[in-house]
Amino acid sequence: MNISGTDLIKACSAIGAGLAVIAGIGPGIGQGIAAGHGAAAVGRNPGAQGQIMSTMLLGQAVAETTGLYGLVIALLLLFVQPLVG
Amino acid sequence: MTEGILLASSDTVDMIKGLYKYEVFGQEVWITTSHVCILIVWLSLVIFSLIANYKLKHATEVPDTFQSILELIVSLLDGMVEGSMGKHAPVFANWICTIFCFILVSNLSGLVGLRPPTADYGTTLALALITFVCIHVVKIRHQSAKDIWIDKCSPLPPWLPIWMPINVISDIAVPISMSLRLFANVLSGTIIMGLVYGLLGKFALVWPAALHVYFDIFSGAIQTYVFCMLTMTYIAQSYGDS
Repeated sequence: MNISGTDLIKACSAIGAGLAVIAGIGPGIGQGIAAGHGAAAVGRNPGAQGQIMSTMLLGQAVAETTGLYGLVIALLLLFVQPLVG
Repeated sequence: MTEGILLASSDTVDMIKGLYKYEVFGQEVWITTSHVCILIVWLSLVIFSLIANYKLKHATEVPDTFQSILELIVSLLDGMVEGSMGKHAPVFANWICTIFCFILVSNLSGLVGLRPPTADYGTTLALALITFVCIHVVKIRHQSAKDIWIDKCSPLPPWLPIWMPINVISDIAVPISMSLRLFANVLSGTIIMGLVYGLLGKFALVWPAALHVYFDIFSGAIQTYVFCMLTMTYIAQSYGDS
């Protein structure tokens, strides 16, 4: 079986896409911490649940961005294949 | 692969497909499925608004079900804008409610088999660029040039503007991160649903409904809320302290 240069680049792009979504670890930890502190805050002050909820969701969504950058890189490598000439 | 980002490269995953090609100034431009989906979303919103308008012109003292739902939607959205923009809410309430309805219906349109228009980077980038323009128009109107200069040099004193490029880059990053956040969230849901339906075939019978509840309804609603919240926060910040 002959492996041409394009095949090699495609295979390496697939590996690179897999490596890129490892970026999801960081937001996972960060969102967990935010949710834990949100739960603690609701436990301390149940009256402010609505405001705590919206603040927590906003912070989690912003923290999620870095993971989504990894996802975008993976999708670009898989579907657009910029490295294949 | 030469047709543009994420355009018709795979059959399994629901990609954007070009429908009609034309040229503008020698540049190839496509009418894609996204445009058709945006048109459908727009038409459904316009029809709903016309019915709502007719209904509210003939409003009754004791509201019936539809009128109650309309009043609930408007008061919820107004409350959301009021809560995060304070006294600047009346200026932007209409605009924020408009993009809220548009993004929400776009995200939910995956439920009826459309490809969500917000899973196209063109749509989300346009929305985020409008936010960017709003931020800077408000900033130029409501802050003096001196305040903007001090703000741009912010951690260091104003006579030493070596920190300014970093602040300018963080300003430019705002629309990019906002648009990529919405785009990547909706696109990841679309791709996972496409994989489930495409790869599992007839095993994907009833249980993907649970995935639809998460990816389309929950994630779509959260991302809509986050996009509008961030827009309001940035615009409210750019009013300054005065």
